[in-house]
Amino acid sequence: MSLSSDAPVSLPRFTRAERWVHRTLGVLMGVLLVTGAIMFFPDLSSIVGNRQIVSTVHEIAGWLAPVPLILALFSRAFRKDAGLLNRFMPGDWEWLRSRDRRSGRVRVGKFNAGQKLNASLTLGAVVVLFGTGMVMFWSSLFSDSIRTGATFVHDWVALALGILVLGHIWMALNDATARAGMRTGSVPEAWAVREHPAWAEEMTEQISSSRGASG
Amino acid sequence: MTDQMTEEPKASPRGTPVGRRVVLGVVGLGAAGVLAGRWLSSGVSDVVASTAPGLASIVPAAGGFRIYTVTGGYPEMPPADYRLGVSGLVNEPMSLSLDDLAQLPQTQMTKDFQCVTGWRVEDVPWSGVLLRDVLDAAGVESDAEALKLTSFDGAYTESLTVEQAMRDDMLVATSMYGGPIEVKHGAPVRLVAAPMYGYKSIKWMDGIELTRTVIPGYWEVRGYDIDAWVGKSNGRTDEPVV
Repeated sequence: MSLSSDAPVSLPRFTRAERWVHRTLGVLMGVLLVTGAIMFFPDLSSIVGNRQIVSTVHEIAGWLAPVPLILALFSRAFRKDAGLLNRFMPGDWEWLRSRDRRSGRVRVGKFNAGQKLNASLTLGAVVVLFGTGMVMFWSSLFSDSIRTGATFVHDWVALALGILVLGHIWMALNDATARAGMRTGSVPEAWAVREHPAWAEEMTEQISSSRGASG
Repeated sequence: MTDQMTEEPKASPRGTPVGRRVVLGVVGLGAAGVLAGRWLSSGVSDVVASTAPGLASIVPAAGGFRIYTVTGGYPEMPPADYRLGVSGLVNEPMSLSLDDLAQLPQTQMTKDFQCVTGWRVEDVPWSGVLLRDVLDAAGVESDAEALKLTSFDGAYTESLTVEQAMRDDMLVATSMYGGPIEVKHGAPVRLVAAPMYGYKSIKWMDGIELTRTVIPGYWEVRGYDIDAWVGKSNGRTDEPVV
């Protein structure tokens, strides 16, 4: 599989633009979940207090949250990866159902089915939280029933998203190579072959054909 | 070549747009939840209250109190040091300890607690001294029109007219759910202005000053209505608390 016998090969996984989108959205999401939790859980409210400041920070971060996602659409690499995350291949259902997901039996592409589901659930939740957040922000424009409904949905969707984000962080904590991939933009070929074999094959073919062409 | 290709792939080689369906599904559920939320949220509260009553105190969306404080953390006060000052336009300024309050006529009432942000906790049992009985003990002078209420958190204030304060559902509460008031709910003494939105029910109350005019309270200078009747103020139409 390896291109060269003497040096470990690294494969480009995320562009600089994609890493900045991930970073800024991650920071905003962290601020939103923490300030939201402070306002939501009585035991946290009691320790922190300062409701006015906490809610202002939450509102500012909420308004900013869509910005990195919108700017990301200018990145060709981001649009391509979003397309990959959107599309489920036949193998993805099998991968989700199988008990030996990590064995490599089902050949995974750039993203596995769990990453695809995480991405779409997160995006759906962000849209819902932004919409219901706006209802709460301009509450005087809406009826009590809509306000109560928006608060209800905002609370429970945020709780679910919080669990999803904790799961995402947990998976990252357990894979230093994946973390380095998001930090530096590239991953060792051996990791790619183990976790994303179909993608690794595609990438190595691309690289060897471009090398062949240039030299 | 083309003939053989046509019968081959059942699934499109580009896969199916499951991601888009999930996003649209979540957004659709969210919109439905907003429209139905009023009934859903009271339904969830009822289910939680009957199956896991402890949950509401951890997850307030399940029907419990949300705790709002405007300063850092909770102010704490040893019960023995507590005094409720009654001052301003009164015949006899007073400084009431918890024992003094216990000597006054005791009143119990069970009322819903309605917040201006929309949540409501049903049937909260309170007991303590009617605000009217405290005012009568001090003797309100005839030119007093309003009360300025203060909290020992050092920041929060509230206001009532004397007429409002004399109602029989305005309680200087010393007990909640049959026990002492918890710190987060305003220990040891808070006001319960039952017919009004929760921000009128000042926590950690340590002062009642009788004044000539209404001095707007903490949230009132920040845009909330001074006369905060549930269902008839702040642009809301909640069912009144009776």
